[in-house]
Amino acid sequence: MLPVSPGGGLPRLRPLRGVCGAGVRVEARTSGGFLWDGGSWLWKFQSSAKLISSRIMAGKVKWVTDIEKSVLINNFEKRGWVQVTENEDWNFYWMSVQTIRNVFSVETGYRLSDDQIVNHFPNHYELTRKDLMVKNIKRYRKELEKEGSPLAEKDENGKYLYLDFVPVTYMLPADYNLFVEEFRKSPSSTWIMKPCGKAQGKGIFLINKLSQIKKWSRDSKTSSFVSQSTKEAYVISLYINNPLLIGGRKFDLRLYVLVSTYRPLRCYMYKLGFCRFCTVKYTPSTSELDNMFVHLTNVAIQKHGEDYNHIHGGKWTVNNLRLYLESTRGKEVTSKLFDEIHWIIVQSLKAVAPVMNNDKHCFECYGYDIIIDDKLKPWLIEVNASPSLTSSTANDRILKYNLINDTLNIAVPNGEIPDCKWNKSPPKEVLGNYEILYDEELAQGDGADRELRSRPGQSLGPKGGRSRDSGRTVLTTWK
Amino acid sequence: MLQEESDLSLVIAQIVQKLKGSSLYAQLERQAWASLQRPEIKLESLKEDIKEYFKISGWEKKLQNAVYSELSVFPSPSHPAAPPEHLKEPLVYMRKAQGSWEKRILKSLNSMCTELSIPLARKRPVGEQKELLNKWNEMGTDEPDLSLFRPVYAPKDFLEKEFFVELGLTTGQLGIDDSTQVPPELFENEHVRIGQKVLAEQDSAAAQQYIRQGSPTALRAELWALILNISSQPEDILYYEQLKTNVIQHDLLVDSLIYKDVKLTASNDDYYFVFEDYLYQVLLCFSRDTSVLGHFAYNSASPPKSYIRGKLGLEEYAVFYPPNGVIPFHGFSMYVAPLCFLYHEPSKLYQIFREMYVRFFFRLHSISSHPSGIVSLCLLFETLLQTYLPQLFYHLREIGAQPLRISFKWMVRAFSGYLATDQLLLLWDRILGYNSLEILAVLAAAVFAFRAVNLMEVTSLAAAEAVLADLSTLKVMPLLQIFLFATVT
Repeated sequence: MLPVSPGGGLPRLRPLRGVCGAGVRVEARTSGGFLWDGGSWLWKFQSSAKLISSRIMAGKVKWVTDIEKSVLINNFEKRGWVQVTENEDWNFYWMSVQTIRNVFSVETGYRLSDDQIVNHFPNHYELTRKDLMVKNIKRYRKELEKEGSPLAEKDENGKYLYLDFVPVTYMLPADYNLFVEEFRKSPSSTWIMKPCGKAQGKGIFLINKLSQIKKWSRDSKTSSFVSQSTKEAYVISLYINNPLLIGGRKFDLRLYVLVSTYRPLRCYMYKLGFCRFCTVKYTPSTSELDNMFVHLTNVAIQKHGEDYNHIHGGKWTVNNLRLYLESTRGKEVTSKLFDEIHWIIVQSLKAVAPVMNNDKHCFECYGYDIIIDDKLKPWLIEVNASPSLTSSTANDRILKYNLINDTLNIAVPNGEIPDCKWNKSPPKEVLGNYEILYDEELAQGDGADRELRSRPGQSLGPKGGRSRDSGRTVLTTWK
Repeated sequence: MLQEESDLSLVIAQIVQKLKGSSLYAQLERQAWASLQRPEIKLESLKEDIKEYFKISGWEKKLQNAVYSELSVFPSPSHPAAPPEHLKEPLVYMRKAQGSWEKRILKSLNSMCTELSIPLARKRPVGEQKELLNKWNEMGTDEPDLSLFRPVYAPKDFLEKEFFVELGLTTGQLGIDDSTQVPPELFENEHVRIGQKVLAEQDSAAAQQYIRQGSPTALRAELWALILNISSQPEDILYYEQLKTNVIQHDLLVDSLIYKDVKLTASNDDYYFVFEDYLYQVLLCFSRDTSVLGHFAYNSASPPKSYIRGKLGLEEYAVFYPPNGVIPFHGFSMYVAPLCFLYHEPSKLYQIFREMYVRFFFRLHSISSHPSGIVSLCLLFETLLQTYLPQLFYHLREIGAQPLRISFKWMVRAFSGYLATDQLLLLWDRILGYNSLEILAVLAAAVFAFRAVNLMEVTSLAAAEAVLADLSTLKVMPLLQIFLFATVT
């Protein structure tokens, strides 16, 4: 039962793959050809190819993507999904952030139907833009403080005990004067300037003198940019100049978090995160402030350094990190560190949940960037809406392929045509390398249903005596 | 009975002699003097009181640990009239083999030296010293031109000697006295508790016994230090600094070999690339450490000798080269790399590595009849395979894929760089626990047993190598258990 010929030259369909999928019958016709698209037999002939083929294709998920990456496309194809263009009827669209903006914008805005799913929330930028993330977290903290929640407890210096996980940040030019005040308090500190709307380390630089950012001052006569349009906006954060070093090198953590719904909050953490190391030895010396290879861990930057290695790509698995920390620092502090990391991710999501457009057609896979300082405290640096799907090494490719695979298994159950009205509660077996990070419904339900991941030893978080209203994460044994 | 007693007193005398030269002796003396101030020490019962004091204050334990440490490398009792070479290696043909092996290495090293006209050693000019001192912590960024250097030898060169394996040496004993157990989940908490207790007691022998069942990750660094009897005293740190100074002041040819080795192996390894700079710091100092020469008393190998320029053959001008007598080979840095996961303080890392080397690793590249020597390991491996997997053994030999060709490199490196780090550390736990390297041969055989089905289907050496190319997903302890206990009827 082999296909006759690829006749008709339809793009992106490959003849001859695998075994015939579930029950699609075709009648034989004399003119035309059978094509195998990896999921079903397609009958095509010249005149009414599209009509006939879509009848037979009924039942197959139709996908579109703006991002032509093999880790995505291979995953779609292996499920027997069919590629279409954005003008046709589609079920699944892996969009770039530009597209999502258009899809949901007030002018063009279109209505998604029940069988359409997209990979971004309409206003994801509340979390993924550096300035908005900080704004939302600050607002969240103030709210908790107002309602007297124990989460918002502060220490004797006025620092939040449990919610101080973002380095001191100001928007420029809006908060310029506030920033100057803070800067003068500790004039020897270093600050990092980041453009709000860019990624991959573009446009980032370090400063340690006010003169270096003169042009962001609001009353500066020489200010070359006049408008405070969001494109030119920067955030300036206190630079963490005491990062935890391993082998004398600085690194950051990249963790993947999948959110299927914000209200109720349901999120998953990918177990296989990784550490990205700088190729050059870290030094806090001021002479090296300009050397981005020392300070920025983005692979996009490190890849161009002389010492970049294409075998390991300067990356370590999170498990290696765990082994190293447990061996050199002990089990309790390591468990505490990882608990805190989970905590700050959940808190950041809770902070934006109220303002997030919880559109039921959406899910999103974020790339969280976290830095650990030498006191083993994790800091949230930023959240990426479009984590890179480029692979820098063979291991990388496998990881990203599996990431997308597990993500699709959760977001599009059984690989079938989605119905956005479903309860978004996948069975345990499909999670793959994801584990439940926080499930608001479960947390607020009866304790009996809760999935607690068992942990040997006690987790000594500073989170004693938490009240039930705050909801508990299912990933740790915080009490 | 009398003979035994006099043997024992000889051993005691030798150990006492050895310990008298150590800093522990000086410390004990000082402590004894200081204790005279204490109220409980009375003149009438001076001896007993001091002994009692030592027991309570933990000094007796320290002495015990030191004695135990000496015993672990003590050569087996031999005839009193035996010459010193005999202690190093009792079998004549073994000595001969090691002798010719050494000649070969030296020839290779000397010819490289003359070809490249680089001195074996030279004093660094002051400017260079300063520069090196400045970048001591980041030698990884150095890019010296190493293209002309070749490693003096690699494990595969060594393999050609394997025909000795057929000569009747020790027959394969399973070599593992007690049963090994994988700590199951329920066992873990109790095991950790016991581990902490062992550490609190600071007892080397107990630690060694304990670690046969594996070490919890958090306790491993301390347990290994206890078993190897390493405590970071100020004089140890000073000694390390002294070695560092030697590195800064003098440049040795072997340094380039070390650089090349690290760049070729550890820098490309998924787990160890992070620690590249530590490896230089440890290995460069190691080559200058003359205290390592002490291990040649029980090593069948002898340190190569070199002569001051122009004084060839004149014994008064002979020096050992390199100063520690150990010429590094391709892959040598992989002995150090896994230790970087446990110790992040350079001088402690250094001490641990040095001790591991003079207790275990040296046996993996010298020819001797010792049961932990590489020759015995090869024999053990082949015997195990032949006994328990005869079909596989003969099949592989028939297709020209002699099993030892594949497993040799694993054993010489003690599996470093082949296994995932957490598994490797579990394996090395057992090396320490049993004070023997035989487990390497057993694991090698167990790996073959595990992949036997696939191996039976291959038809060439290349295909067999492919089946066994990736060990990074293996779990060591279940593999060993299955092999050891599921196959014995």
